[in-house]
Amino acid sequence: MATQRRTKSFETELVIQARGLTKRYGEATVVRGIDFSVPRGQCFGLLGPNGAGKTTTLRMILGVTPRDSGELQIFGVDDPKQAHRVRARIGVVPQLDNLDPDFSVIENLSVYASFFSLHGAKIKERIRQLLEFTELSDRAHTRIDVLSGGMKRRLTIARALINDPELIILDEPTTGLDPQARHMIWSRLRQIRQSGKTLLLTTHYMEEAERLCDDIIIMDNGHIVAQGSPNALVKKHIEAHVVEIRGATESISINFDQFPPCRRQQVGDTLYCYTDDAHPLLAHLESQGELITLQRPANLEDVFLKLTGHEFRD
Amino acid sequence: MTWQLPHINFRALSVWRRNVLVWRKLMGPSLLINIGEPLLYLLGLGYGLGLFIGQMSDMSYLTFLASGILAASAMNTASFEGMFSVYTRMVTQRTYEAMQATPLSVDDIIAGEILWCATKCLISGTAILAVATALGAVHGTQALFVLPIIFLIGLCFAGPAIIMSAFSHGYDFFYYYLTLFITPMFILSGVFYPISSLPTGVQAVVQLLPLTHAIQLVRPLVSGQALTDVGLHVGVIVVYTLVAYYFAVVLVRKRLVV
Repeated sequence: MATQRRTKSFETELVIQARGLTKRYGEATVVRGIDFSVPRGQCFGLLGPNGAGKTTTLRMILGVTPRDSGELQIFGVDDPKQAHRVRARIGVVPQLDNLDPDFSVIENLSVYASFFSLHGAKIKERIRQLLEFTELSDRAHTRIDVLSGGMKRRLTIARALINDPELIILDEPTTGLDPQARHMIWSRLRQIRQSGKTLLLTTHYMEEAERLCDDIIIMDNGHIVAQGSPNALVKKHIEAHVVEIRGATESISINFDQFPPCRRQQVGDTLYCYTDDAHPLLAHLESQGELITLQRPANLEDVFLKLTGHEFRD
Repeated sequence: MTWQLPHINFRALSVWRRNVLVWRKLMGPSLLINIGEPLLYLLGLGYGLGLFIGQMSDMSYLTFLASGILAASAMNTASFEGMFSVYTRMVTQRTYEAMQATPLSVDDIIAGEILWCATKCLISGTAILAVATALGAVHGTQALFVLPIIFLIGLCFAGPAIIMSAFSHGYDFFYYYLTLFITPMFILSGVFYPISSLPTGVQAVVQLLPLTHAIQLVRPLVSGQALTDVGLHVGVIVVYTLVAYYFAVVLVRKRLVV
């Protein structure tokens, strides 16, 4: 009995569990049998270049894109017929704003609440709290089209919280925002996570993923190419230091054999050198006046570029 | 999943309610368009042309025309709402995308939209009926039964319009449907003259159109003449309604649930 209970509670601790999740559009397979799970209370990042299959994965989680094969349990439920019940426990911040332009800030929230069959005094109080949380209280009766990009995003986040969801899905939550607005969103997302909710987010900003996410998967061409915490991924895939050399790199011959081991990659006009000991190389480069050099610690962006390549994606 | 019969759920009412709330804000221009045009027909044609025509089918031309316009304006209102407004919410504003992230399904959204189209027809139809009454075109209180018929016409024409929206990639596309289907129905289905004056071949085709049957229900109710073949007329409209509703749901599913 006790064992059974433990098993059950262990299972419900996984908010999302995907096994062999696959989606095809005609000939193209956009999600190729991916396995991953998201424990309750985590901030989980889904990274990948455009067309990697991130948004399709999010849509399958929401039950608005039918999968072709595989298992997908959300809150322990794997039944497309229950999708509306599952969605009642999820909040969504979409990639592009889809606020209702015909309504004011507060009407957007109350009408959205009605889609969850939430009405009455309780929801009024909740809306008041959410406007306060997103610092929109003084904008309650403003029309949507006069809000700034940052305010719209904050309202979209408030809207995603209207049903007090257990899981919040954010598809590129800070794309197109200025640094102030982005930091504000980050601090709110951290608060949401601290309140015990699970976050699943996609982003193209590696800094955002490093700051917010406990765990990350990197997708490319419908596959998962790496999984782990941001720190662990950097440690596993990249040497400790990065030296970027810009300028006429081809006209200068550097004999890299004289330095500690260094993995090199030329991208456009920049030569990236990944090494665990950058000092001898840097000392040498200092004598080469016409080159611009930059030394920095390895970060998630290096992992991302190493695993998904440097080619453009459209 | 895609071809399954539509699922009807009370959640559709929250979609309907959203549209009611928006309409309340933009009520002025909306009513002006929905009442202004039929009123022009009534005054311009009803009085102007009516002066030369006098009686048509044993009623004043104004009554004949008013009953036709009541039905046709419901057709127009539902068609425009189901195309231009639904497309705006489905594509331009991505309101449906936001709704799909809630417990609402495409089935709920489309049921709510069709219900709203019919409601909008009922609102403007009520106003047109009041105007027609004031102009002396309405004979008897049985004319109030026109209102549920107008609601039914709204349900009937909302479906095909939403089907057009499901296929559309821009507003221009809708003019095909308006030019090829709605305008011919407006001209041929007996709004302006009895269909008995058409060539027999054309009459046979016109008898298949839903607006023809709608007018044959509305006209006797407005003029006070005897209603005939109620079951047939209602039946034809209901069949059109159900078939269009089914395909509207299926085609929007094919567009949004992918």
